[in-house]
Amino acid sequence: MHIQPILAALRRHKAGTILIALQIALTLAIVCNSLFIIHQRLSHMDEASGVDEANLFVIQNMWGEQYSTQQAAGRIQEDVATLRQLPSVQDVTATNQYPLKGGGWDNFVTMTPDQRTATTDASYFLGDARFLSTLGVKLIAGRDFRPDEVQNLGLRQNVTPPVAIVSKALADKLFPHGDALGKSFYAMSSAPITVIGIVDVLHRADVSSWSASYTGESMVVPLRLAVPSGVCYIVRAKPGQLADAMREAPKALYAENRMRMIDPKDGLLSFAEIRHRAFERDRGMAVLMGIICAVLLAITAAGIVGLTSFWVGQRRRQIGVRRALGATHGDILSYFMTENLLISLAGVAIGVLLTFGLNLWLVTRFTLSVLPLTYVLGGIVILLLLGQGAVFAPALRASRVPPIEATRPA
Amino acid sequence: MLAYYLRLGFRSLRRNPVLTVLMVLAIGVGVASSMTTYAVFRAVSANPIPERSSQLFVPAIDVWGPKARANGRQLPDMLTYTDAMALMRAHKAQHQAAIYPVSYTVIPQDVSREPFAVKGDATYGEFFPMFDAPFAYGNGWDASQDDAHAAVVVISSHLNQQLFAGANSVGRTIRLDDHDYRIVGVLADWNPQPRFYDVNVYSNTFSGAPDFFLPFTRAIDLQSETNGNDSCYGSEGRKPGWQGWVQSDCIWISFWVQLPDAAAVQAYTTFLQGYAAEQKRAGRFDWLPEVKLFGFRPWMDFEQVVPPETRISLLLSLGFLFVCLVNTVGLLLAKFLRRAGEIGVRRALGASRREIILQFLAEATMVGITGGVAGLLFTGAGVLGVGMVFEPDVAKLAHIDASLVALTMAVALVATVGAAFYPTWRAARVQPAWQLKSN
Repeated sequence: MHIQPILAALRRHKAGTILIALQIALTLAIVCNSLFIIHQRLSHMDEASGVDEANLFVIQNMWGEQYSTQQAAGRIQEDVATLRQLPSVQDVTATNQYPLKGGGWDNFVTMTPDQRTATTDASYFLGDARFLSTLGVKLIAGRDFRPDEVQNLGLRQNVTPPVAIVSKALADKLFPHGDALGKSFYAMSSAPITVIGIVDVLHRADVSSWSASYTGESMVVPLRLAVPSGVCYIVRAKPGQLADAMREAPKALYAENRMRMIDPKDGLLSFAEIRHRAFERDRGMAVLMGIICAVLLAITAAGIVGLTSFWVGQRRRQIGVRRALGATHGDILSYFMTENLLISLAGVAIGVLLTFGLNLWLVTRFTLSVLPLTYVLGGIVILLLLGQGAVFAPALRASRVPPIEATRPA
Repeated sequence: MLAYYLRLGFRSLRRNPVLTVLMVLAIGVGVASSMTTYAVFRAVSANPIPERSSQLFVPAIDVWGPKARANGRQLPDMLTYTDAMALMRAHKAQHQAAIYPVSYTVIPQDVSREPFAVKGDATYGEFFPMFDAPFAYGNGWDASQDDAHAAVVVISSHLNQQLFAGANSVGRTIRLDDHDYRIVGVLADWNPQPRFYDVNVYSNTFSGAPDFFLPFTRAIDLQSETNGNDSCYGSEGRKPGWQGWVQSDCIWISFWVQLPDAAAVQAYTTFLQGYAAEQKRAGRFDWLPEVKLFGFRPWMDFEQVVPPETRISLLLSLGFLFVCLVNTVGLLLAKFLRRAGEIGVRRALGASRREIILQFLAEATMVGITGGVAGLLFTGAGVLGVGMVFEPDVAKLAHIDASLVALTMAVALVATVGAAFYPTWRAARVQPAWQLKSN
């Protein structure tokens, strides 16, 4: 294939050539960055919670009366006992929050009591001796809490438990040599906390971008939240009985004590719903970016089809002449395909610059991360294929122009 | 003649329907995606209190000091109890109010009804005149009731509907947690979005209105916990219990002041600087705390009230619209130049370049109008489907109104005609002699 005549012809169609190249360049920039955002959001949505999501649900319980710490602790024990008696329920634990809740309680963690700069930040779960087993969190080192270790945490009390179970991510951050077990740290108080157990994965309660640099860093302390404002019950249903358990649990609680509130909208949530809500924004962004990418590629393809068809129409006579002089169908077809390839190559060359420019701007403006090269390469391949695909139909039509066209007036 | 050109343009659109549909769809989709994301952006970045916002300010005091700032922590965006009370006592602004969110349980007088949770704000009587909150019945409370730590409450129209079926309930009693309150006022429907005055309630900036307001002094007497953020810096333990908390450097109180003019702003800034210096002299800090007085818009930006998602989507949609326009330029160029022969004949018969330009711009206008109509349809579908993309609280704010319809049509028209300039110019440059000869 001779490139020289194609370039010479393109010089006579400067405007159209520039427009297609520009469109390809812009499309590449937008598609690459969108795909990258989609990928980031999707991988955020895929983060493991570490708990047995299929069988868990959460009841956010609020009391209708003002209880003292002792009364509240008693009420919680009654509620937990009531829930455990249900035939569809395997186990129950009372806590302050759960993974993927959004927001929640977290504490800065330091290695010494008077350190001003925190070493890291950990999501702060209050749990009893059945917290790990109810959630289905895997203990990989050390031991679980003993029932006698669990203390009550009343309203505005500042209790620092002497021990904690930490997630592996937190253990590795605090003690990079892998010897966290038995070591101590400080969580916003002057009394040390000793690591007695390490769990594999326990996702933080918070899912916002603020938590991005503390991914998976969480700790469980042996405390029972005994405050009048209420508590959160995490219930593990027997396998396959989640729906039954979710129906029976609130009824049983109200039957036991009517002076309580379980919000009809947010009070009773299966873990599937919790995950769904936690990543609503991320899913939304991914969907929007996906739609924009798909439509953008379709429009770019349509634009190439439109302009190439016009060129083919304009050059019918020249094509006829070439055919009359011995060019085959294949020659004509490959002429238009090569022409498009050259324009597309110029387009992606400008596009790569635009892509990195746009990414740089998003990085500084919205603290996105830097685009990996694979996305750009992938985008280039997609656009080159798109161009070739779009040009194929008009090029095929061009190749079917009969040699007799040469004799007809334009 | 223009009417004739418009008719001609319409005919020409029907001549190559595929190309026309392509152009109209591209413009429609491009405009619609921009308009849909704009509808969301407009909703979340709207000024919820346009008549008053220029007079509203938020003071900030850097109680955590330069070390915390060096660690990348922002200027504290709320006040400590100590500072909020000092600013209230000083009373240097026309109006000022400390605010913090609380949550109580309503025990209905009708014992057959179950108790339910309500969310509200503890604040000062000046809150209502400062934010122009409209009342359906009664009024807010006054400074003497603030000082008396009075058990009074202002309830929302929604709570009034729930408890009293919408009747005038001023003077009646409501039981919140274990305490009775006398209702002094019922607000009319008042739910500024975003809820600017307390953006530190957990991610609820765009949620429903608070159910009630009670005097701050009363809430403190009852030791009501905040229902919003409570940020404490550093790992040093504080004194236990309520006293330890209110005396600590934990920040949990929002504070707004109304300053009617530039002189008042200047005076208040000076006052804040003086206050900070005095606190340092008194030995509370070993640094001179930076103070800052945020205006309304800078405060909304500082607090990132507009979710970054809405901004990124709007920008990407605009980029998308731009690609659609580049596409339209190309297609129009193809469409116009295909008629070089026709242009040659018209020019030869005496039509001026101006006439040709008018004719083709008229044709582009027809494309723009059709694209705008398509865009309107897509925007309608987009706004209906916006719940798929944005969170429900944000999505429900997006709506179509006359101004959005007008804007959609205007954008479609201006964009298309703008895109048609180059192809039109090329069409007008067609040499009649050359065209006639080659035919």
